[in-house]
Amino acid sequence: MPDSATLEAVNIDQDEGNFSYPEEYAHDAGYGLNEDTIDFISNVKGEADWIREFRKKALKIFESKPMPTHWASEDLENIKFDDIRYYLAKGQRPTRSWDEVPDDVKQTFERLGIPEKERKYLAGVEAQFDSEAAYSNVKEELEKQGVIFVNSTEGLREYPDVFRKWFGKVIPTGDNKFSALNSAVFSGGSFIYVPPGVKVAHPLQAYFRINAENFGQFERTLIVVDEGAEVTYMEGCTAPKFETATLHSAVVELVAMKDAKIQYITVQNWSNNVFNLVTKRGMAHENAEIRWIDCNIGSRLTMKYPGVIMKGRKARGEVISIALANDGQHQDTGAKMIHAADETTSNIVAKSISVGEGRSTYRGQVHIPKNLKGCKNNTECDALLINSNSRTDTYPAITVRGNQHATQHEASVSQVSEDQIFYMQQRGLSEGEAMSLSVNGFVNDLVREFPMEYSVELKRLIDMEMEGSVG
Amino acid sequence: MSDSLKIENLHASVEGNEILKGLTLEIPKGEVHAIMGPNGSGKSTLSKVLAGNEEYDVSEGTVKMDGVDLLDLEVDERSREGFFLAFQYPHEIPGVSNANFLRAALQARLPKGEEIDAVAFYKTMYEKMDALQMDRKFTGRSVNDGFSGGEKKRNEILQMMMLEPKYAVLDETDSGLDIDALKIVAEGVNRMRGPERGFLVITHYQRLLDYIVPDVVHVMVDGQIVKSGGKELAHELEEKGYDWVTEELAVA
Ligand SMILES: Nc1ncnc2c1ncn2[C@@H]1O[C@H](COP(=O)(O)OP(=O)(O)O)[C@@H](O)[C@H]1O
Ligand SMILES: [Mg+2]
Repeated sequence: MPDSATLEAVNIDQDEGNFSYPEEYAHDAGYGLNEDTIDFISNVKGEADWIREFRKKALKIFESKPMPTHWASEDLENIKFDDIRYYLAKGQRPTRSWDEVPDDVKQTFERLGIPEKERKYLAGVEAQFDSEAAYSNVKEELEKQGVIFVNSTEGLREYPDVFRKWFGKVIPTGDNKFSALNSAVFSGGSFIYVPPGVKVAHPLQAYFRINAENFGQFERTLIVVDEGAEVTYMEGCTAPKFETATLHSAVVELVAMKDAKIQYITVQNWSNNVFNLVTKRGMAHENAEIRWIDCNIGSRLTMKYPGVIMKGRKARGEVISIALANDGQHQDTGAKMIHAADETTSNIVAKSISVGEGRSTYRGQVHIPKNLKGCKNNTECDALLINSNSRTDTYPAITVRGNQHATQHEASVSQVSEDQIFYMQQRGLSEGEAMSLSVNGFVNDLVREFPMEYSVELKRLIDMEMEGSVG
Repeated sequence: MSDSLKIENLHASVEGNEILKGLTLEIPKGEVHAIMGPNGSGKSTLSKVLAGNEEYDVSEGTVKMDGVDLLDLEVDERSREGFFLAFQYPHEIPGVSNANFLRAALQARLPKGEEIDAVAFYKTMYEKMDALQMDRKFTGRSVNDGFSGGEKKRNEILQMMMLEPKYAVLDETDSGLDIDALKIVAEGVNRMRGPERGFLVITHYQRLLDYIVPDVVHVMVDGQIVKSGGKELAHELEEKGYDWVTEELAVA
């Protein structure tokens, strides 16, 4: 992190991601989406025919699917697909050295503190600037152990036997309109493979940065962790504040083989012009564990329901989610737990904070079919409201068939009352500090379980967001 | 002009009802004043108006703290300027530990960019907690969350000791305390008495004033100070009841 003097010197807004560099792109697919757009992308990437076909099929599905406004926000109608650019790239392959990264891109990530974090505690980093990764590096010892950490273009080209098997299998193209969109125009994202028994001690990190206006970012991530292996992956996202809407629509697929463990951590801090419509799902084989830690701060509308399909006996799925909806924001988040084997266990803890006119919605789905035995689910949704205009809705859908299962569901709504703020202010905290401390207190029990660096980062983002919410 | 907390002709109302009706009171720095009065006379209202609670409208009057116009300041500014209120009903802050809260409150008093010295902070906090016979485990517990009435009151005094205000108002700090706890809390307050600080102790009962012996006792009835005197006034009130004052007023 640059210190405050540096921040002031380069004149970054309080919202630290709010800066951008002039656009200089070698490849620009132009505005709007049709078959030519796809050919453009496929040609630039030099893709195999099956990928081109995969994309074109996806485009048809995307076009045929209606906007899900019958259950989701009407605000989706405001996405103007014709006004979006679907591919912007500088035409360079990702480098392994920050020195070779183009200056503006390098400066962007330096301002976001990425190289510093890499030095301190990361096992590998991928930094994506608009459509393509600019930097990608993994510690040598991991590489020697056979860990693959590349972007999607390279993953499909260099390691088809590893990735093609699972690509689009956890989340089929037609899962929803936006997974279809991603499948048509995907670019960037991480492809990770961890060989059997390899336990990656430090997190791998990806950072997704949108720099250009009227742009859509469609990264595609696939993480395959082989038997008994373990990995923690963290992603961060920011974009500048533009007047116009920006679209971010990712697809993330996780595969945990027998006895494997995946922890996937998201810290999203999109500016409030970004539509963030992301499909994330993992498949856990026997005795495997998939854990999503999903923190959504910022964006205009986020729709994201990380899920786990527990496919093998004793598989475990967990979603821990924190959503903060400030004025003008709607966090529509939740979790999907599909039990598909005996003795599978899932746990959902969702905490949402609504501030001012901010709106948060929890949507959950827990599915336990009749033929299974000994499945468990625990669902806990807590909402915190800060001032009376805030709105929160909970739609938990728990379908449990058969009587050989244990499920538990708890929900609560609490308020940060004016009395509480008054009490804290009487001790000398400003209104913003008081709200920030209340919010941090509300999520504290979850944050304690996060890796240290990450909880610090989250606290900082909450502080920034709450400070900014006081008029 | 000597330093004091000076309240003059203070009128305040809530939801259209006037509660404080021209209250005048001066607490010179270094003194301990007590306010006694029947329930509903406006004692807590006074404390909250002094702290700057926005629920109450101040229509008239002034409050000067060492010459600074308190009514011009925000709640947190008043606090940082040296005004402290020990609440009659301290609020709970779920998930925020006592230590973190105190630390944030102290941090708020430092210039931007300056960090609190964590080691010194814990040392001071433990000292004060020992004086109040508070178990160390309270540092990790959420502020007032699940505390007994007595624990909450002790916690208010701990906060006061940490923040070292110029003027402190204690609103019925004795209520909910057994006699042992009362003595401990009183001892804590007495240790803070000195020429650099003024206290306003609000209480319903004379009992507390046996342990925190006031310099001046005021009687508050219906939003005004109706009688002031020495510490013996508290005993007189205890014997004769508040009716005595109101009757005396009616006669006068
Ligand atoms: N926030 C409020 N809303 C409505 N009435 C209030 C409020 N605060 C105080 N009052 C009223 O003002 C009067 C004085 O209350 P209070 O200051 O609590 O008295 P005391 O502390 O002396 O018992 C009471 O009649 C009480 O009902
Ligand atoms: Mg009272």
